Amino acid sequence: MIRYIIRRLLQAIPTLLGISVLSFVLAYAAPGDPVTFMTFDPNIDAATRELMKRQLGLDQPPPLQYLSWFAGISLRQGDQVAEFTNDKTSCSYWSRVDLTFCDRGDGVIRGQLGTSIQTKQPVWDRLVERMPATLELGLASLVMALAAGIPLGVLSAVYRGSIFDNFTRFLTVIGQAVPNFWLGIMLIYFFAVVLGILPTGGRQTASLTGETDLLDRLRHLILPAAVLASGQLAVFVRLMRTEVLEVIHTDYIRTAHAKGLAGSTIWFGHALRNALIPMMTVLGPAVFGLLSGAVVTESIFAWPGMGRLTLAAVFQLDYPMVLGSVMFFSVLVIIGNLFSDVLYAVVDPRVRLS
Amino acid sequence: MSVQQASVSTGVGNRPRVEPLLKRKPQTYWTMAIASLRNDRLTLTAIVVVTVMGVMALFAPLIAHAVVGIGPNDTNPNNAFAPPYIIPYVKWQLGMDPTTAAMMLGKADGIPHWLGTDQLGRDQFVRLLYGGRVSLGIAFAAATISLVVGVMVGAVAGYFGGWVDDLIMWFINTVVSVPTIYLLIIVSAIFKPSPNTLILFLGLLGWFGTARFMRGNVFKVRQLDYTLSARSIGATSGRIIMQHILPNTIPVIIVITAIDVGALILTESVLSFLGLGVQQPTATWGSMLSRTQEYFFLIDPATGRNRALHLMISPGVLIWIAVLCFYLIGDGLRDALDPTLKNKK
Repeated sequence: MIRYIIRRLLQAIPTLLGISVLSFVLAYAAPGDPVTFMTFDPNIDAATRELMKRQLGLDQPPPLQYLSWFAGISLRQGDQVAEFTNDKTSCSYWSRVDLTFCDRGDGVIRGQLGTSIQTKQPVWDRLVERMPATLELGLASLVMALAAGIPLGVLSAVYRGSIFDNFTRFLTVIGQAVPNFWLGIMLIYFFAVVLGILPTGGRQTASLTGETDLLDRLRHLILPAAVLASGQLAVFVRLMRTEVLEVIHTDYIRTAHAKGLAGSTIWFGHALRNALIPMMTVLGPAVFGLLSGAVVTESIFAWPGMGRLTLAAVFQLDYPMVLGSVMFFSVLVIIGNLFSDVLYAVVDPRVRLS
Repeated sequence: MSVQQASVSTGVGNRPRVEPLLKRKPQTYWTMAIASLRNDRLTLTAIVVVTVMGVMALFAPLIAHAVVGIGPNDTNPNNAFAPPYIIPYVKWQLGMDPTTAAMMLGKADGIPHWLGTDQLGRDQFVRLLYGGRVSLGIAFAAATISLVVGVMVGAVAGYFGGWVDDLIMWFINTVVSVPTIYLLIIVSAIFKPSPNTLILFLGLLGWFGTARFMRGNVFKVRQLDYTLSARSIGATSGRIIMQHILPNTIPVIIVITAIDVGALILTESVLSFLGLGVQQPTATWGSMLSRTQEYFFLIDPATGRNRALHLMISPGVLIWIAVLCFYLIGDGLRDALDPTLKNKK
């Protein structure tokens, strides 16, 4: 088991390297550069602009820029220690190869995921600051989707072919097709604007004292979590229905019937237990779905999470922030998949990890 | 009636060749699929709805000219946020309320805005028509690109195996670890896409699933006897892929594509809603929703009702219906095209 986990983690390294190159190439292909956007001030002349570019390393060839972003180190020809050394960067000159080696101390693999151009903070710090909000939303929606999806799936399988079953299946197809952002807008309009019983967005009501009220937080959480859950719900119901249908025809269910056990004991005690095992496999993809859905849901509901932070960074052309977030999300997706595979093997002794 | 002699042709050696005319046409795979589709009312309805949408989008300029008489970007600041004309019109025709319809028509310079107007007084119905053109067009074109790329890459990976397969699978696994929406957001923000470039982005970032599926299927078919026999009589790799492996995967490819089109309509609408897709003033169903959140509290003081409700509802419903139809068609085709399912029913 441990060997398997270690191997999967090692396999993730080339994947992450690939992602870093891919996203860097995308950002590098962008027309214009961050300096142009930082210097809309017409008083800054061309020479200063060039100097700023040089300070940020944007005059370097792409592979060196990548190295600088990814590892926080840069190489320059000649002795340039004096120009580039400052309180964050330490430089040394290697006279034998005529190169200046500078170490900025940040960079993606140094755990800081780069430095945001907008706020000059490490990307990692900005993401971690927003992480609780996204986690809260993600967990709430997962709980909602599971709490609704499992019973619906089981009942739909038990009463297979009935009106209830057809209705549930119809509902899941409809739910999968509804545009999430539009559903969010309609829910806000109905519950917040027309009925006025729920807030239109945000994570909590602003208060001067900084106190948080649990009930207030929950009221803010309901709508965004429901919208995010609606995407996952259909998947859970479908999987649950298929699994329970498979389990129903096994011998031990027949034995349970023959023993004279009550229907509910059989369905929820015997069938559900085994049908639940494959649900572990959807938890990994669920992380992917929640992170994808977060960007839209968070921006509609003004939820202060990581998705909205990334979207804002995209609009501000804060490339290190965007690239850092993408790397971070990819790590989460990889960990989520690994976690779900391992959990599957732990719960089901028949599954062997290889 | 007995079996007739249908065609008598004199071949070499004056020996007549007789082909009996069968009463029943022979059943092929495709006729069987169509027959089973014919009984599937839900899928048929979905196909009809999608066809109607497609035709309306295709002939948008003609329909807009005939029904309303103005283009999608013709503004009328005096008539912003006009409610749908259709309800007063029906009431007028039924003799219930002769005044409202006439007043609305007068305010709109005689133009019937069947589904109302937006914040600039542009006709919502015409914009929906033209928006459908862009939304459906983008989805179809992008699905075609992702289909072609996915099938080719998947077939190559599966057929050749070895390091080619390793490399391709590493690439696919790498890209699918990033939530696709973020990649799309990045490229859209950077390149400010036109419809054509958006098609390219969506297509080139959407083929991974198809390729994975194709690869798996090729792996399976490659080991079957008829592939071996084709190779033994000297067929080239290209011929084996095109003649033997591709036809085997067509049914599932069709299903994947139908569902893909639906998913792409959703993705395009999300991007346009966020302001990252096709830029204004070009209408798409998604971009028509991008300002809706500003309209929540736009109450008409006279009636106390929201003045922009029609703007919030109609594009969303159209996206919903279109996506739903493509999903249903995908499901229906899966049942119709899979002969192994026949016995399970």
